[in-house]
Amino acid sequence: MEYVDILTSASFWAAAIRIATPLIFGVLGALICERAGVLNLGIEGIFVVGAMTGWMAVWLGADLWTGVAVAAGCGAVFGLLHGILTVPLGLSQHVSGLGITLFATAVSYFTYRTALPNVSSPPRIEAFQPLDVPGLSDLPFIGPALFQQTPMTFLALALVLVVGFVLYRTPLGLAIRAVGDNPAAVEAQGLSVYGLRIGAVMVGSALMALGGAFLTMSAFDAFFFGMINGRGWICIALVVFASWRPGKALLGAVLFGAFDAFQIRLQNEVGGAIPSQIFLMIPYVLSIVALVIVARKADYPRALLQPYFRGQR
Amino acid sequence: MIRFEPREHVSSTYAFLVPVIAGIAALALAAIPISAAGADVQGAFIAMAKGAFGSPFAISELLARATPLILTGLAASIAFKAKLWNIGAEGQLYVGALAAVAVGSGAIAAPPYIMIPLIIAAGMMAGGTLMLVPTLLKTKLGADEVVTTLLLNFVVLLFVQMMLEGPMKDPMGMGWPQSEPISAAATLPKMFPRLRVHWGLVIALVSALIVFIIMTRSVWGFEIRATGENVSAARHAGIPVTATYVKVGLLSGALAGLAGVSEVAGLKGYLTADLSPGFGYTGIVVAMLAGLSPLGVVAAAIFIAAVFVGADSMSRAMGVSNYIADLIVALSLLCVLVSGLFVRFKVRFVRPKLPKKKEAEEF
Repeated sequence: MEYVDILTSASFWAAAIRIATPLIFGVLGALICERAGVLNLGIEGIFVVGAMTGWMAVWLGADLWTGVAVAAGCGAVFGLLHGILTVPLGLSQHVSGLGITLFATAVSYFTYRTALPNVSSPPRIEAFQPLDVPGLSDLPFIGPALFQQTPMTFLALALVLVVGFVLYRTPLGLAIRAVGDNPAAVEAQGLSVYGLRIGAVMVGSALMALGGAFLTMSAFDAFFFGMINGRGWICIALVVFASWRPGKALLGAVLFGAFDAFQIRLQNEVGGAIPSQIFLMIPYVLSIVALVIVARKADYPRALLQPYFRGQR
Repeated sequence: MIRFEPREHVSSTYAFLVPVIAGIAALALAAIPISAAGADVQGAFIAMAKGAFGSPFAISELLARATPLILTGLAASIAFKAKLWNIGAEGQLYVGALAAVAVGSGAIAAPPYIMIPLIIAAGMMAGGTLMLVPTLLKTKLGADEVVTTLLLNFVVLLFVQMMLEGPMKDPMGMGWPQSEPISAAATLPKMFPRLRVHWGLVIALVSALIVFIIMTRSVWGFEIRATGENVSAARHAGIPVTATYVKVGLLSGALAGLAGVSEVAGLKGYLTADLSPGFGYTGIVVAMLAGLSPLGVVAAAIFIAAVFVGADSMSRAMGVSNYIADLIVALSLLCVLVSGLFVRFKVRFVRPKLPKKKEAEEF
């Protein structure tokens, strides 16, 4: 059976994990923001910022990891803006987030066009190459599937552990989770609600930007207009699917990557019999379905979308 | 230390000033990227103003650009008023245009006084039906409509591309993925010879007036406002909240669908997958600039259209990327959010002192 062959091939799982990588960054980022009580709909634009700035830093001569740091830093700046608008100013998180997405996308496109006014084909950089882990890469099946990924994929997997550890095993994580559930209690402990929330949004936005940077610096080696194509919104759906837990976020992203990789291979099998658009719709439909499945029992952070003002009870 | 105190009474002068200040602030901030791009800032703004208002042709282009923005702005404003976050106007616009083309490109032969109402009805029904899906997913299953409407935009655009490459492809289109042209009888006529502004503008203005009357003069408008201000209070007061969401969703989607009809039957003449450069998303900015007021939407749409048309012309003349328009639009949204604070709150600069319990409770 050819479909089973697809599912048991190492190259299929390698593709699934590759497709999942930007989503892992994005879902983790959105998760941190929402755990602190702030919905960050700036995600789609922050992906664009990360993709553009990381790529451009390298194109201007920086090395790859500096590019990654630049992307994260630029993401954090837009996170700071969203944080200021929604936390101390208490503005609508929905509208501010959409505004950040429009703003971040426009800034990125404008900067790219201004720096490169007359390019016909997007300039390329020397992107991250698959990391050859001695010994592990030669393992049958697991070797090619897991250990021939680029370093940013390993960074994403490591961040799942880090975010999980910080959220559930450290006082800081406890404070972040509490500030998304009951900010008044956090303030009663003498901690700064504003500081925690803005900090969480900045860190979350930095991770979102890494998701974008992965696309221009690892998956591809150039920046294209419209290359994010809804990946940020998919992450917002996946966070709900993952019930705001890092482990489940990883699972959701890889599951999603597997479906997407499967649809690409199916498209090759079926050929021209079914219009390609049907296959391309699958990721978006799947995200909607995932959201609907969990919607009823979704346990939203209780103070999500609720602005908190100092001294409020 | 800065303190915000809620105003007891919001004067209408302030409410009017907010978007004006926001628009000016956004334009002023745009001076930074314009000068960063190496252009003469003053010259660029003069070129923009001329490009938007400088000739009858410019004003016609401006009004043609404002037409879909009025309709998507109304779609967003009525939905946001009920706090139904319809971010899917882009997709609803496309299905509206698709329905208009399906009905109006030769499938039915009838005189204009039948064809034009027919394609309008088809487009509005298509847009409304599309928005019904996320609305029902919200009310019946509790799925967040922000994400579902956003994701549906991508599904719809792929669907439109599929139809344009498949069943609805124009056999005479030289192989381009485009629909058959709208028949002459279904075309919205131009308002003036040799200018592109068309009767879609009048449809958009009438829509604004109707939405204004619904929102301010009808029981339904009251129910929408009550639902948006406080869902549980509205439910307690016996307002049928679910029915209100459904009706708002239908109307909001229908208005966005109407924008698609107007673009395809008034301006382009046939459907392509690049019919809308993000009119659905820009409609959100229009609605927010207008403070969600239906008549304000008209003014806000004209401002945003002026930014786009002016920036296009300035871009051609001075070589500044026309993404500057998207930048100004995004800045206007952020600025109107911030300046809105000054209407709802008095900003007091107070000397920091030890917080007393009583004071803390006052907030």
